Amino acid sequence: MAIQAGIWALEILAIAVPIALSVAYITYFERRVIGWIQVRKGCNRVGPAGLLQPLADGLKLFLKETIIPARANKLLFVGAPILALTPALIAFAVVPFGETSLFGLWDEPHVMAIAHLNVGLLYILAISSLSVYGFLMAGWASNSKYAIMGSIRTTCQMISYEIAMGFGLVTVMMLAGSLDLADIVHAQQGGLLHWYMIPLFPILLVFFISGCAEAGRTPFDLTETEELVAGYHVEYSGMWFATFSLAEYGTMILISLMTSILFLGGWYAPIPALDIIPGTFWLLGKAAFLIFVFIWFRATFPRYRYDQMMRLGWKIFLPWTLGWIFVVGVFIYTPGLDGIINFWLAWR
Amino acid sequence: MLKRAFKTWFLWELLIGLSVTGRYLFKKKITVEYPEEKTWLSPRFRGLHALRRYESGEERCIACKLCEVVCPALAITIESEERDDGSRRTTRYDIDMTKCIYCGFCQEACPVDAIVETQEFEYATETRGELYYTKDMLLAHGDRYESQIAANLAADARYS
Repeated sequence: MAIQAGIWALEILAIAVPIALSVAYITYFERRVIGWIQVRKGCNRVGPAGLLQPLADGLKLFLKETIIPARANKLLFVGAPILALTPALIAFAVVPFGETSLFGLWDEPHVMAIAHLNVGLLYILAISSLSVYGFLMAGWASNSKYAIMGSIRTTCQMISYEIAMGFGLVTVMMLAGSLDLADIVHAQQGGLLHWYMIPLFPILLVFFISGCAEAGRTPFDLTETEELVAGYHVEYSGMWFATFSLAEYGTMILISLMTSILFLGGWYAPIPALDIIPGTFWLLGKAAFLIFVFIWFRATFPRYRYDQMMRLGWKIFLPWTLGWIFVVGVFIYTPGLDGIINFWLAWR
Repeated sequence: MLKRAFKTWFLWELLIGLSVTGRYLFKKKITVEYPEEKTWLSPRFRGLHALRRYESGEERCIACKLCEVVCPALAITIESEERDDGSRRTTRYDIDMTKCIYCGFCQEACPVDAIVETQEFEYATETRGELYYTKDMLLAHGDRYESQIAANLAADARYS
């Protein structure tokens, strides 16, 4: 029992520590890439090529004073960032980072995840909606008009886009016939043409764009707009403020990984011959590219107005995903049309 | 109609935007890394002041106080008296750099090109007191940068 607990602890560390590090370095990467796009050089003063910048930023945030407003509810105020960050981190528990047979030690390959749940997709959906409570709590506990308005704005945005996202995932479930993330990846085995990106291209767009909204990234970063007096975190400072950014970047990594797993063939190479390279490399590579796309979006698109964002979520994404569920359903269950699906299945 | 639908559903305009920023990603960067690299300064650049001398070593300033009068920020204070040889000279010529707005009016008003603004701009100090420049300091600054000042005045001469 103690050995099992030790293994779990090691597994958690093996995922949580790289996440913390990659969050730190995504901030660096983001600053460099946005700098390059704006024809600047970006941060390059702290350490070689500015590589120590995230450490300096982290140190600064740790040493800064945490100001808790006098009229704030202290317990909720301190608890809110934790409640926002935790779901972003524990969602990684079911993310399969690849398959390994430990160089032939095991007879069949094992999925590399802390918990290989057979309802992994459902777990991710359930957990990622929890972080909304953190944002709502932050606004409420701050005892400030601006913060509560900001938190309502954020909550509204997240709930709206979660629906489109959830319905988008339904189509993936319908095609894969499973909620198990590893099974979903297995169903996409065999190269680029078998990835769900092909039959579910609109859903990929909807999922990724909703992911931007979910993580509070541009063009949906109404959670942190200057012109609307920031958002739920106006009253936060120092490390507690940084915890919210940590949650944002954690969600960003999660969305990138999920998009890779659900639509871009997970740990499989685009060409089957390239599968000699370990799958983890492919998965992380795809996720890294999507993180770059997030940053690219930020450097390119202006922010949506609030009503435009709501219109996009409710009037475009939701009907579109529902329609696509219908289309996929018709293709799977119509006796005549399922031939097309079967043809596609056979041809790939 | 069909074209418009295509453009809408394939996010065409957004892709064009992304392609523009994607191209800028690889452009040559214009950053000037300041302490190591510096930008070009115009001969007319208005930085720290200096008082000049003639080649004989005699100071140019004749204490006409035109600069003191024209100074919109009242940064210049001049006191003068008659010297033993009968010429009028300053006994005090202070510029308060905390007041100065670097308009260059003093330099324009000066009939003998005594007070000029140099290209020196890196003279930040830790206390305010160090920014009250006296006559000695200004003369010393002029002595140090005389060649540069003369070159800049010559470069700008045909425009003034």
